[in-house]
Amino acid sequence: MEKIPILRMGNYLLVTIQVDMHDRLAMALQEDLTRMISDTEARGVLIDISSLEIVDSFIGRMLGNIAAMSRVLDAETVVVGMQPAVAITLVELGLSLAGVRTALNVDAGMELLKAAV
Amino acid sequence: MAIVSSENLPIRAEIDIVTVRRRVREIAAGLGFTLVDQTKMVTAASELARNTMIYGGGGSMRAEALNGPRTGLRLIFEDKGPGIPDIDLALRDGFTTGSGLGLGLGGSKRLVSEFQVLSRVGEGTTVTITRWK
Amino acid sequence: MSTLPQSLAIPGILARDEQMILSDWLKEMSTGARRADLIKDNELRAQCAQFLKLVRQAAQTAGSNFKASVWDPVREMLGDVSRNRALQGFTPSETATFVFSLKRPLFNRIQEEYKGQPHAMAAEIWAATELLDEMGLYTTEVFQKSKEELVRRQQEELLELSTPVVKLWDGVVALPLIGTLDSARTQVVMESLLQAIVQTNSRVAIIDITGVPTVDTVVAQHLLKTVTAARLMGADCIISGVRPQIAQTIVHLGINLLDVTTKATLAAAFNVALQRLGVQFVKDVPKG
Repeated sequence: MEKIPILRMGNYLLVTIQVDMHDRLAMALQEDLTRMISDTEARGVLIDISSLEIVDSFIGRMLGNIAAMSRVLDAETVVVGMQPAVAITLVELGLSLAGVRTALNVDAGMELLKAAV
Repeated sequence: MAIVSSENLPIRAEIDIVTVRRRVREIAAGLGFTLVDQTKMVTAASELARNTMIYGGGGSMRAEALNGPRTGLRLIFEDKGPGIPDIDLALRDGFTTGSGLGLGLGGSKRLVSEFQVLSRVGEGTTVTITRWK
Repeated sequence: MSTLPQSLAIPGILARDEQMILSDWLKEMSTGARRADLIKDNELRAQCAQFLKLVRQAAQTAGSNFKASVWDPVREMLGDVSRNRALQGFTPSETATFVFSLKRPLFNRIQEEYKGQPHAMAAEIWAATELLDEMGLYTTEVFQKSKEELVRRQQEELLELSTPVVKLWDGVVALPLIGTLDSARTQVVMESLLQAIVQTNSRVAIIDITGVPTVDTVVAQHLLKTVTAARLMGADCIISGVRPQIAQTIVHLGINLLDVTTKATLAAAFNVALQRLGVQFVKDVPKG
């Protein structure tokens, strides 16, 4: 099974989701990220979803879980690049993604992370 | 109401959910739905396909392109699983707690124009969603 | 409802006399509303020939029961013809003429076929009439729907033009709303604001409702959805133009605006936006 690559940039971890994820891949990402945050003692995680054309409840929960788990490991998570159509759909679906910080793009996201840590 | 084309997709493994998303996106785009409407339909399909697989023990989705006089897309999710004992409760159960118990039915209902659930305990469930252009 | 005979005549007649019926049909159309300016002769001829073929095929299997799914290809073709004519500028009756002008040629053939059998002739003509009437009504239905769709699309385009999103500063956009906010309009407006946020990289979006006469729960819900969607994308919204009456209504209706910042004026909202972006204006003090 292919895995989503996690890049390390100093104290931060950067993930770019570019494929249409099946559930198992999403779970694997969740596990890999958590492990890496712990291993590298990362202070921040940036998840770029600008290529994701849909975010359903499973992926939404995954993002929420990652944010919660990283917080327990003393790291901040920021999700960036959500597409307008996806945002509109999530609102209609009733998913608020509370607890997940968001930013417009990678630059804005990094700014947020640096300010937080 | 004329069914211009119809196709069946099996929902047996997790990977089929991805296929469902891709195919629904292609059909909806082909019918000329706006990007937002496509996304809503694909998301609803993803939710319902997952339900079919996880709670229904696997099943199938039939996609029907409708034309005449209105253009629309109808998706029918069928399984021969345990069925839903309390449909009203299932529809009310949302994502507020994010506990994972929500079947995603209530949310999906808001994404489509027409929504119908038929279920018999011990026999199976059929969810039909339709989106008009 | 009386039971009609499944028409036995039409398929046979169409099979035998197709060419004659085709030319008579075209002749009928040319006397009435031909609209040669909108459709060429050979195009019309091809359409009619195709139609007759489809009708013959369907009638062979399902007789005159237009509701049977066997008639779907005919329905599809009629739908296409109607839709195209609606877009091309035909009138509704000019479009329905496509079907109705087929009556006389068809009835002539039936009369010849059943000469001397008045009962059978009457039954066949009745079945044919019912069938063609249903087809004619169907074309009118589709025509109507197409026209409505066209008008709706034009309205949408007008709406888009009338809800311009303005870039106030690097990172700040404003959406001045004017007029009533119904469901359809709000969708368009929401989408254009969110698109603008992405395109201009704006972290703050000001939604000005000075020009919105009433804010009820429906409007408030729409505003909230927009704010929530923007937040999911990483942008903050400020609602400006909240007049005292609107503030009263909001409290009175128990609408919960969550933690959305609201301001009375666009200027005040702009100030807040700049603060959030960390922008400061420094006054130039002249030397000497």
